[in-house]
Amino acid sequence: MTDLTALTIAEAREKLRAKEITAVELTDAYISAIDAANGALNAYVALTPEKARDMAKASDAKYASGNAGALEGIPLGIKDLFGTYDVHTQAASHILDGFKPKYESTVTQNLWDDGAVMLGKLNMDEFAMGSSNETSYYGPVKNPWRANGSDVDLVPGGSSGGSASAVAAHICAGATATDTGGSIRQPAAFTGTVGIKPTYGRCSRWGVAAFASSLDQAGPITRDVRDAAIMLKSMASVDAKDTTSVDLPVPDYEAALGGSVKGMKIGIPAEYRVDGLDPEIQALWEQGIQWLKDAGAEIVNISLPNTKYALPAYYIVAPAEASSNLARYDGVKYGLRVPGKDITDMYEQTRAAGFGAEVKRRIMIGTYVLSAGYYDAYYLKAQKVRTLIKRDFENVFADGVDAILTPATPSAAFGIGDKAMKADPVKMYLNDVFTVTVNMAGLPGIAVPAGLSSTGLPLGLQLIGKPFDEETLFKTAHVIEQAAGKFTATKWW
Amino acid sequence: MSVDTATVKRVAKLARIAVTDDEAKNLESELNTILGFVEQLDEVDVSDVEPMVSVVAMDMKKRIDEVTDGSKAADIVANAPASDENFFQVPKVVE
Repeated sequence: MTDLTALTIAEAREKLRAKEITAVELTDAYISAIDAANGALNAYVALTPEKARDMAKASDAKYASGNAGALEGIPLGIKDLFGTYDVHTQAASHILDGFKPKYESTVTQNLWDDGAVMLGKLNMDEFAMGSSNETSYYGPVKNPWRANGSDVDLVPGGSSGGSASAVAAHICAGATATDTGGSIRQPAAFTGTVGIKPTYGRCSRWGVAAFASSLDQAGPITRDVRDAAIMLKSMASVDAKDTTSVDLPVPDYEAALGGSVKGMKIGIPAEYRVDGLDPEIQALWEQGIQWLKDAGAEIVNISLPNTKYALPAYYIVAPAEASSNLARYDGVKYGLRVPGKDITDMYEQTRAAGFGAEVKRRIMIGTYVLSAGYYDAYYLKAQKVRTLIKRDFENVFADGVDAILTPATPSAAFGIGDKAMKADPVKMYLNDVFTVTVNMAGLPGIAVPAGLSSTGLPLGLQLIGKPFDEETLFKTAHVIEQAAGKFTATKWW
Repeated sequence: MSVDTATVKRVAKLARIAVTDDEAKNLESELNTILGFVEQLDEVDVSDVEPMVSVVAMDMKKRIDEVTDGSKAADIVANAPASDENFFQVPKVVE
């Protein structure tokens, strides 16, 4: 029998519909694969096999009665940031110890309504703050990819590192993820998977633990572009419970695949040729340009002059919003409580013990930039810079550019415990240099695998689109995928 | 702009995070690295630029002011470290 975990969502869907396999068989195959892999990869922080089997049984009944949903019987992993009813939801933080919400996030509810099966909750950087999945209270996640001939453990990227690792290792068919500055696209690029951050407002943020509310967006990480289109169709919705959810119908993204890019204008931004850009990344980018040219697209050089200010502005806006959002974790309503000599001491001791170093750092920065006398110099200024960044994109789109092609990351995956990044937080932040502009402008961005480095590690390209034009991204990413092929990690775990 | 240890302690107090002297020293250098990094923004001319308030142009959604949810007190306190008869329990605030 073929290994059922090798099937993409689209392939599994076909076999389920043809009744060649059952949802229970598919789910059992994933549960066994998780049992064999998770000790090594640490991708899941909580497993829900009983729930998964129950959901799979219900899916088989739906197939039998002809009422199957779009994702009926497809086993998924859920990032620990999404609230899941009565199931472990801790944003991979100590401060949410034991938290099992009495609600379900809109995005996960949409997936269950379409018949998906939940395998468990996936590891991540604590409160989605990180680019390597090393800030998790549950320890680092390992990348299923290793350099040729090496047994050194690499990071899967972050913050959605558990999602990316689990998808790449075939221990879920697809995963939910979130992206505030690159947390879907960077881990996707590090693991040879596809990740899309949709336009701000496309997926409801209701029931998802908030990091930086004006930047956070949910999206899928999957094995290929088609699966990403299938999953996003189910995740996205118009939600009255999120006032920033946009009133636009969700298109059938899968229908965009296979469309021609002939005559499309693809912008190549000069400012992304940063000083010291890795020659391998540069070559990958040139290759991507050539593929799109070969497919009939018109390549145009563009300028996004404020690009270099996106990351510094982000490190004001995101911590400021985080310091406010994370004020709710105080040892009273949920999670950890450390006793103190009075209520203030209880708050301070609880937050000192409950938050990890990176989260504390960001709360401190956020508190500082919002404190009396500094608001105008930092936060207000950053929000003005953000207007300029968005304007840069609006200008090139007004000039007829349909999508923008850039590298997804400045490098391939790096080692766990990288000394240079440990010593300097800004070095870690630079991982998001190509992705963060997209969040600042609220645009959709997709990372698609485009090749392997000289050491055999996956590298990705990013496509940036107009607001709510995810269809163009899927269509164009599909063209790159067809040219580049797909990449699967060699199993060592 | 840079911060000193006293500022770090003041900010930690505002953020309700207990810090030891050693932690304050470490945070001082880390925060100064980050503040040094964001200083690049001083180069940008933002005169006559409106600050962004919403990344997607849309009108704030409004609905009729009415009760649409509720009567879930037990659910709301279900995860509390300490509760009594659907009230959150905290250390004594007023002597």
